[in-house]
Amino acid sequence: MTATEMKERLVGRALKRREDPKLITGHGNYLDDIKLPGMLHIALVRSPYAHAKIVSIDASKALAMPGVVAVFTGKDMLDINPMPAAWLASGVKNNPVPPRALAVDKVAMVGDPVAMVVAENRYIARDAADAVEVEYEPLPAVVDARKAVEPGAPQIHEAAPNNIVFEWECGNKAAADAAVASAEVVVKEEIINQRLIPTPMETRGSIARYDATTGEWTVWMTSQAPHVHRLLLTAFVFGVPETKLRCIAPNVGGGFGQKIFCYNDMAFTMWAARKLGRPVKFVEDRSENYKYSTHGRDHITEAELAGTRDGKITGLRVKTWANIGAYFSTVAAGIPTTLYGRIVTGVYKIPAAHVHVTGVYTNTAMVDAYRGAGRPEASYLIERMVDRFAAEIGMDPAEVRRKNFIQPEDFPYDNGLGLLPYDSGNYEPALNKALEIAGYAEFRKQQAELRKQGRYLGIGISSYVEICGIAPSAWMGSQGWGAGLWESANVRVHLTGKVVVTTGSLPHGQGLETTFAQIVADELGVPYEDVEVQWGDTQGTPFGYGTYGSRSLAVGGVAIKRSVDKIKEKARKLAAHLLEANEADIVFENGRAYVKGSPDKGKTIGELAAAAAVAYNLPPGMEPFLDETSYYDPPNCTFPFGTHVSIVEVDPETGHVKLLRYIAVDDCGNQINPLIVEGQIHGGIAQGLAQALYEGAVYSEDGQLLTGTLMDYAVPTAAMVPHIETDHTVTPSPVNPLGVKGAGEAGTIASAQCVMNAIIDALAPFGVKHLQMPATPERIWHAIHGK
Amino acid sequence: MTTITVTINGVRYTSEVEPRLLLVHYLREHLNLTGTHIGCDTSQCGACVVHINGVSVKSCTTLAVQCDGAEITTIEGLAHDGQLHPLQEGFWEKHGLQCGFCTPGMIMAAADLLKRNPNPTDEEIRHGLEGNLCRCTGYENIVRAVRYAAEKMAAAQAAD
Repeated sequence: MTATEMKERLVGRALKRREDPKLITGHGNYLDDIKLPGMLHIALVRSPYAHAKIVSIDASKALAMPGVVAVFTGKDMLDINPMPAAWLASGVKNNPVPPRALAVDKVAMVGDPVAMVVAENRYIARDAADAVEVEYEPLPAVVDARKAVEPGAPQIHEAAPNNIVFEWECGNKAAADAAVASAEVVVKEEIINQRLIPTPMETRGSIARYDATTGEWTVWMTSQAPHVHRLLLTAFVFGVPETKLRCIAPNVGGGFGQKIFCYNDMAFTMWAARKLGRPVKFVEDRSENYKYSTHGRDHITEAELAGTRDGKITGLRVKTWANIGAYFSTVAAGIPTTLYGRIVTGVYKIPAAHVHVTGVYTNTAMVDAYRGAGRPEASYLIERMVDRFAAEIGMDPAEVRRKNFIQPEDFPYDNGLGLLPYDSGNYEPALNKALEIAGYAEFRKQQAELRKQGRYLGIGISSYVEICGIAPSAWMGSQGWGAGLWESANVRVHLTGKVVVTTGSLPHGQGLETTFAQIVADELGVPYEDVEVQWGDTQGTPFGYGTYGSRSLAVGGVAIKRSVDKIKEKARKLAAHLLEANEADIVFENGRAYVKGSPDKGKTIGELAAAAAVAYNLPPGMEPFLDETSYYDPPNCTFPFGTHVSIVEVDPETGHVKLLRYIAVDDCGNQINPLIVEGQIHGGIAQGLAQALYEGAVYSEDGQLLTGTLMDYAVPTAAMVPHIETDHTVTPSPVNPLGVKGAGEAGTIASAQCVMNAIIDALAPFGVKHLQMPATPERIWHAIHGK
Repeated sequence: MTTITVTINGVRYTSEVEPRLLLVHYLREHLNLTGTHIGCDTSQCGACVVHINGVSVKSCTTLAVQCDGAEITTIEGLAHDGQLHPLQEGFWEKHGLQCGFCTPGMIMAAADLLKRNPNPTDEEIRHGLEGNLCRCTGYENIVRAVRYAAEKMAAAQAAD
């Protein structure tokens, strides 16, 4: 290749994923696939009561069973601390009560573990767990967050009077009150964002091995953030140096937030491995995952939106009870505060807004981040209220949106809710594109015609903005987050010219190996095949906060780019030395450094890597090897946006909804791999529309999880999800040099209200103004028939 | 303990097993064929689908002893001589997987579907895969992957 021949750029190309060959042939390496010599298996004894005192635990029958090695209870593990609370609600008093490895004296939810059996295999462990006799003294339970703060409600934790975790607010209360009081029109609604169960197809688990001679553990974990777990488990739970623990996340079978958190099994497997001197494994079954691993959403909200008769929104007042569950999960308080309240005005210029959130303990599974985390709740709220307002004043909902959109010239835009300014946006073209694909004007005519025939079609619009690449660290510190949120990456060009990238990000389906390799191959001008991306093992990768919040490209990817930039800089210096030219005259492009004006006089990156590695002839003071690390802390978050449109038909006889079309126009800034971006959007939409139509975790009043298995909790099948039509606009982010924003959560953030708005539009002739999710046939039938 | 003899991916195994041992645990724990996954405990998710005597079956609700004398194919046995099965190729080409956990079961179920219905409509693909859950893809690219495989297999057959 001569200097003038351009290497074909890979960024922007829909390359198929390099991750796939092993996964499609059954050679992935997920947690439960790992077997260690001498490994024991753990089964838990879990509480059948939502709230109870533990009176006694008798393990004698279990211990007598052949193959049972030990039975431990919470009291055996009082030498380790509870799980850490890492994100508190900012600026207010918090009452964090995180869970212990096993419950002590009292249980606070169905599935709370009270004892663990360690046995030679999982069948024996399970048999023995059934033989452990536990006597409980049941206590009254509460599952509803609004009821849990009422006087006389059962008290779950002494440290949290009235079950309150925190009370937090943002915005301008006086202004919002005045806007509502003086408005021409006020619409008011109770909006319930029901509890969901994330349901990664792989459940969670941990395997721990302890080396008594060095005092070091290795823990394999289903984790989105192994570096963070290493830090939390050592510094906070065990009180040992972090160098004593190596965490490894193998292939992770989906996370959706549920695998961000530091869980009890990480601690009790470590504890048992040390105690017993043998490796131990714990893997949840699905019903355990549903009972104990974190859930998402679960907000009860009273919302009032104020506006003028001609469609201008003048104020928004929001009061939310956020159910936190039985204990404080790792980042539980940040989700319904910073990631919800501060973006509740969405894509609109609303001059006066105020949000009050009460975080509440109940006798239910812990609630923490689930795909979108706070932003779907915010987006659902504002987009439902805007439609409600449009219906009230008799204006087209698309028109109300246009009338109130933040305009391109308003960016960077401060929404007045304590968020950093929105980076860039151009909302109307995305809306227009989605409406054009849907044939909006034509549809409205068709809808009117069909109504005359007794057919009820509806169209729903959802214009959203969200927060990705959450940072910078200093701002997150002010938000109650107990750490930084930068990312790091190391890039090395080996003697043979092969490039190894190590990252603290943790792909678990996002295709980051492919995306990152595309960036590095372009930036360094090396063949894509020569770039290897390594992740997942705290020994051998630089510290990273992990993969969640659509941050791995906008933060982790940029750290990689910066390491590559440093490599190029060093390569230029070395080339100048070897070519006996001035450094200022060296150009680096297409994987080659050459003297400006003499493109034939140059060295390839491979030649320079070899020269740097053998180090026979380096400029004075230059260290050998092309090996650079960067720590990237962005100056701001990124704010992806877009508009989704759906069309439904509701059968008034049965209440059944048929989703006829789903159109997504998203703007995630520059796209590195459009195939992967589209896949992320598809998957996100499926989860959001499932919230609208199918899913909901339901507890009985006494705290039994009624949707405790996949038989009862309606994760959609292929036949329950429609064909999804995708398109996009591109508004690069000015925040980072890649111009990227993030795409992992957008689909989920946009879709629930998109479908609900369509259903409620279809039901407008019946006077239906709002409907709670999921919009089951029964609920719709009752809404139509006023019962 | 009961003695069973099964042929898995062309290899014959004779094993002593507990009568209650599930086929999926036999494959995973006894034979280290960990490509077959477990995603639930109620036979909903389909991550464990294998073929027994050519028919797709959820191995989490099959006892190993029921398979005495049977021919079993798992995801590890689907590619031949380094040549991917058209479905494996389709899932790769069309981005039909993200985390990959449901993929082995999804591919095995789709293989059986295409055997019964070599030229399915998108609607038939969606209904044909109702016993398998995927949480990552929204199924759009799984449908494309199955259609890719159907077309490829039809073309190969036409060429024969």
